[in-house]
Amino acid sequence: MTKTNKFTSGRFVAYVFMAVFLGYFLLPLLWLVIGSTKTNAGLFSSFGFWFDKDFNLWQNIQDVFSFGDGVFFLWMRNTAVYAVVASIGSSLISALAGYAFAQYRFAGRDLIFGVVLASVFVPTTVFAVPLYLLMSKTDLSGSLWAVILPSLISPFGVYLMRIYAEQAIPQDLIDAARIDGAGELRIFATIALRLIAPGYVTVLLFAFVGAWNNYFLPLLVLSKSELYTVTVGLAYWNSVVGPQATSIPLYPLIVTGSVIGTLPMMLVFLFLQRFWQNGLALGSIKG
Amino acid sequence: MSLAKTSNLAAPKPGFSWHRFKTKVIPYLFLAPFLLGFVVFMIYPLVYAFNLSLYRNKMVGGLSFVGLENYVKAFQDADFWDGVGNVLIFGAMQIPIMLGLALLFALLLDGKLIRHQTIFRLGYFLPFAIPSVVAALIWGYIYGQSFGPIAQIAKALNLDPPLFLTASGIIPSIANIATWQYTGYNMLIIFAALKGIPDELYEAARVDGASDLQIALRIRIPIVMPAILLTLIFSIIGTLQLFNEPNILRFVAPTAINSHFTPNLYVYNLAFSNRQFDYSAAIAFTLAIVTAVLSSLVLLAAYRREK
Repeated sequence: MTKTNKFTSGRFVAYVFMAVFLGYFLLPLLWLVIGSTKTNAGLFSSFGFWFDKDFNLWQNIQDVFSFGDGVFFLWMRNTAVYAVVASIGSSLISALAGYAFAQYRFAGRDLIFGVVLASVFVPTTVFAVPLYLLMSKTDLSGSLWAVILPSLISPFGVYLMRIYAEQAIPQDLIDAARIDGAGELRIFATIALRLIAPGYVTVLLFAFVGAWNNYFLPLLVLSKSELYTVTVGLAYWNSVVGPQATSIPLYPLIVTGSVIGTLPMMLVFLFLQRFWQNGLALGSIKG
Repeated sequence: MSLAKTSNLAAPKPGFSWHRFKTKVIPYLFLAPFLLGFVVFMIYPLVYAFNLSLYRNKMVGGLSFVGLENYVKAFQDADFWDGVGNVLIFGAMQIPIMLGLALLFALLLDGKLIRHQTIFRLGYFLPFAIPSVVAALIWGYIYGQSFGPIAQIAKALNLDPPLFLTASGIIPSIANIATWQYTGYNMLIIFAALKGIPDELYEAARVDGASDLQIALRIRIPIVMPAILLTLIFSIIGTLQLFNEPNILRFVAPTAINSHFTPNLYVYNLAFSNRQFDYSAAIAFTLAIVTAVLSSLVLLAAYRREK
């Protein structure tokens, strides 16, 4: 024990190594945050990792929200609605299904689970393009439902919930509740759901971040710019950023919009970090 | 008599039993919301796309059934294999670096050498919370010649700024973005697996005189191999589907990233720029086949080594 507390050259090398990589992972974010305080001219003329003499953050935030009739606000709202509805819905659906796989023996169980698991390996593109075609034939294509509904289905979430339910729910407890005459749905809602809550929160978090950061599916199925999510919107600004393409220079808007669009994720991430750890341990159990 | 009567009551009635019916149906009721969505949003689109891939929209005669012709075309399509080649080069470069670093970080953080673990763990994992679109935008600017800090530093030192966004630089540049985003995530998966190893195992090895390096190589890495394999398979699948980063970077690197730079970019452009939905579906399925072949080869190799 005393040996590990002593300062050694090995420890020094390890610390330097880890610190260098801490810089690698955090400096680009620092660059982004500093960039959001600059004017367009400032972005080009001042050093990227330090502030310019003009502190333009408030003006940039105003510009982000007023540009294009305030479309950025709609993008933020759409993203929030999409992420909240899709994550709550998909984690609940996954919990129900995972519980069924863990708790009951029924005809076709292994076959169905096998098919669900296999679908994790199929590239999203294979589903996404036909989804666009099918959505465009219905009324859904004009609403956020086009991106919410497919996101409710998460085969990996079902897999995680099954593993978690198998570990966390003692069979005796369920049997006892049955003998007491509790119905199956009540057993799920009052006993099982409480026991699998930590795993459930993890699946919920992954779904939330996954939806917030999703780009491919919203890009395909959302046709009108007022329906875009933040990622699709920022990518759109990036595609038209060229000189004199817009009334005001877009670079500060993209940089500041990136900060605003990422901030909710950072907060979710930092405040709920213990749940991540939890869930990642889960995924590797039966790897 | 009376005893026989009561046991008769408790025994399941012959023929239809409401109780038995209920216990048989209940698991399917729990599964119903998922299965319904799974069929509507995954199975049906899959079948629809496969059917679509068997047709071709011809100048003369309109949409006609062509069987597997689109697949024959896909297998001979140089543009498609060009993209597959790009993502394979990308993966061969990026996956070993990313997983090697992730394993090293996890081993260091799990040992007693490093304190203040939380700072490193959180800091390394933070880029995973950034949308890949934003990650690509940030790095696109950092790589850029106009206001990228790397070019600024190079100019200040009177050096030629490195060219990240050229045909030869673009694959390593994108590899760096993916490494930046996903190393922390993979690190945590391996770290979580390491945490599951009981301490007694190390102590026993230490008593036998094993060094830290030997313990890492002989005990810790073999035990977390399943977790590493999991991260490897997910990395391969993700690599073959590379789309977000090149689709953002093509605006700052138009000469380096063409419409078929990755298979997914090709599928997307075939469908939405050329409106060739039938052929794009065939390409998507061919990509799925390539993915399945590659991941099963890796799993097979891992399984063989285990034996």
